[in-house]
Amino acid sequence: MDFRPKESVEEFRRWIRGFVAEHLTEDMIERARRTGTFHDWGFHRALAATGVIAEGMAGPGRAGGRDPLELYVFFDELGLADAPFYGLANTMLVAGVVEQIGSAFHLAEVLPRFHRGEAIAALGYSEPGSGSDVAAAATRAERVPGDPEDEPVWLVNGQKMFTTLVHEAGYVILLTRTDPDVAKHRGLTMFLVPTDLPGISFQAVETMGGDRTNITYFADVRVPDRWRLGEVHGGWDVMKVALAYERGVFGNMNQGVSLLRRFTRWATETGAMDDTAVRKRLARIAIDNEITALLALRPALIASAGGLPTTEGSIAKLYASEAYNRAAEACLDMAGPEGLLGEPGDAWFVDHAARDAPVTTIYGGTSEIQRNNIAEHRLGLPRSR
Amino acid sequence: MDLEPTEDQKAVRSAFSEFFTDRCPISVVRAAEPLGFAADLWRRLAAMGVPGMALPEDAGGGASRADLILLLHEAGRVLAPVPLSAHLAASRLLLDTPWCAGVADGTLIAAPALRPTVDGLARLVPGGAVADVVVALDEDELVAVRGEAPMTAPVNHAAAPLADRYVRDDRGGRVVLARGEDAARRHAALRREWQLYTAATLTGLAERALESAVAYTLEREQFGKPIGAFQAVQQGLADLVGPLDGIRLLTARAAWCADEGDPAEAGRLAVMAFLAATEVARTTTYRAVHFHGGYGVTLEYDIQLYFRRARGWPLVLGDPDEEYRALADDLFGAVGGV
Ligand SMILES: Cc1cc2nc3c(=O)[nH]c(=O)nc-3n(C[C@H](O)[C@H](O)[C@H](O)COP(=O)(O)OP(=O)(O)OC[C@H]3O[C@@H](n4cnc5c(N)ncnc54)[C@H](O)[C@@H]3O)c2cc1C
Repeated sequence: MDFRPKESVEEFRRWIRGFVAEHLTEDMIERARRTGTFHDWGFHRALAATGVIAEGMAGPGRAGGRDPLELYVFFDELGLADAPFYGLANTMLVAGVVEQIGSAFHLAEVLPRFHRGEAIAALGYSEPGSGSDVAAAATRAERVPGDPEDEPVWLVNGQKMFTTLVHEAGYVILLTRTDPDVAKHRGLTMFLVPTDLPGISFQAVETMGGDRTNITYFADVRVPDRWRLGEVHGGWDVMKVALAYERGVFGNMNQGVSLLRRFTRWATETGAMDDTAVRKRLARIAIDNEITALLALRPALIASAGGLPTTEGSIAKLYASEAYNRAAEACLDMAGPEGLLGEPGDAWFVDHAARDAPVTTIYGGTSEIQRNNIAEHRLGLPRSR
Repeated sequence: MDLEPTEDQKAVRSAFSEFFTDRCPISVVRAAEPLGFAADLWRRLAAMGVPGMALPEDAGGGASRADLILLLHEAGRVLAPVPLSAHLAASRLLLDTPWCAGVADGTLIAAPALRPTVDGLARLVPGGAVADVVVALDEDELVAVRGEAPMTAPVNHAAAPLADRYVRDDRGGRVVLARGEDAARRHAALRREWQLYTAATLTGLAERALESAVAYTLEREQFGKPIGAFQAVQQGLADLVGPLDGIRLLTARAAWCADEGDPAEAGRLAVMAFLAATEVARTTTYRAVHFHGGYGVTLEYDIQLYFRRARGWPLVLGDPDEEYRALADDLFGAVGGV
């Protein structure tokens, strides 16, 4: 075992820290918090201009690109700084999938726009009837009969739920049902669809944690075949690639660190820091943060060494989100009534954490789904679904 | 950076794993109760040079902390009834005493009084029941005292070889190792060293307890299928994995920092690893017993042996609350400090 950080990675960390210090303003952070849209075009374009999106990440089946460990550090630092990075994360993920699976058309038409920071992507997996069971997607895509000489066209009808950032996105990666008569994993097809096609509309959904997300409706949307991503009925294969990238990209699991930092500052100012009970609980949070950091680093290290992290991602995500909830609940108690106040200043971050933490055990695969994965693939217990 | 053991470390680990699997089946653990000491196992470890491992190379040791925690992890997996953490931690202070050679070759067993003495009496010293040399903070002196091992322990939760030892009797020899602030500082370092080793031991214990629970749930059938096929059981077991991996990594990081010569960070991480391992070992053994159902609490089943040691081994340091408080001082500065 060797815990010495890699010099190239530390150098990259210094770079992103410097970038954030120069480009991220309190205004941007505050606007994201107020609107629930964790994306800032100014910040996003400035980052894109450095070439960091274009460089992409090394991934399964992709040579070159950035060391996954650097990607981990990238999102770790953005998270620590409270940078609004969801658009960036979605876009880097989808860009990775497009590079690996996209057609020549995608590569020419979409990828450069992602790379230049002109467009961001949204993820259209979840539906009203399918969340954890993502392969049960029912949004229908049917081939429109037409002249075999012409480019085929797909008629898309259905509804996606929780399409975060679709209101800012140029494209949505869309999981559809193309064959309802076969086993669920085998009747899916993936598309990357421009959000301005006629028939696409969305509606905001506000959440307890402050994130704004959306419902997206597809009503007789005509999607030319060139927007298809991967094989017809091969949607699940694309999904697997997307999920593998997701494990690399959504490396931000350090919410407990900013919470502890803020709480310690607040508790010092208010004198709460002299309370033994408070100190003890903060020490517990510090331990959880250390463990979370090590567990979160592990999948990145595996990917960096050329491996494919499997249950390590689940283990990290489960631990990080559960620990964040413990920390948020503890801070809420310790702050007392002041922790309930939601205006900037004072202990607003406690109220924020207490509402934000429960969301983290839901999105990106719920805690139960992560445990199922760990039980089956790490402990060797029988499949329970 | 690499979170996996090196090839060398893997070789060390599998050598110890083989040794303990061969020489310390659960029958040895049971036979060693109630004292909690298997003299034969200790002699075999001594033959391999284990008792001297924590000493410097020219005194018969030279092992890194990274290697020591691999040893202790494997010892924890089998609940080895030998006071390894205690002896190895105390041995580091005995270099310049007449007993160094004996401690290195294992003919003498050393034990640390983790809490300060009261009127010269060190209470419930881990390994104290079998120790020939006891290291203790006696008022403002850090002392090493050679005495008679009582070879009997008060009946206790973990069947651990605990004993009260009086450290002002100098008939067998008594050496003052340090005085004043230096004594307090070195005693604090001794406690942290013991915490690091105990964290590693508890990690092994918890790992094995989880494996036993998984194996049992695959074998035991109810309602026509293995209980391990029930999701409630699966989720309860899956929950234990992250914390277990976490304490293993944290302990390794603490050991690595110590080896790299960063004692402040190493000490802080050792306390964290100890506190986390204490909790994880408790939770893990609780669930492991629970998923064995009624059989888990019968003395015939081995899992209750794990449950009891998970609580007994760390508690000799004192109420973990005090350690949380000390950790907070380390992390955030003392109350009223600047
Ligand atoms: C703020 C936010 C943003 C999101 N952003 C996106 C996005 O951009 N794109 C996108 O596609 N999706 C997004 N999601 C959706 C997210 O991925 C789903 O909410 C999640 O996968 C859970 O699905 P569900 O909400 O339908 O819950 P369900 O799947 O209905 O689960 C409900 C409960 O049942 C449990 N459960 C379900 N199946 C099992 C099982 N097999 N075993 C044990 N327990 C089970 C779950 O753990 C959960 O506790 C977002 C969600 C939120 C809250």
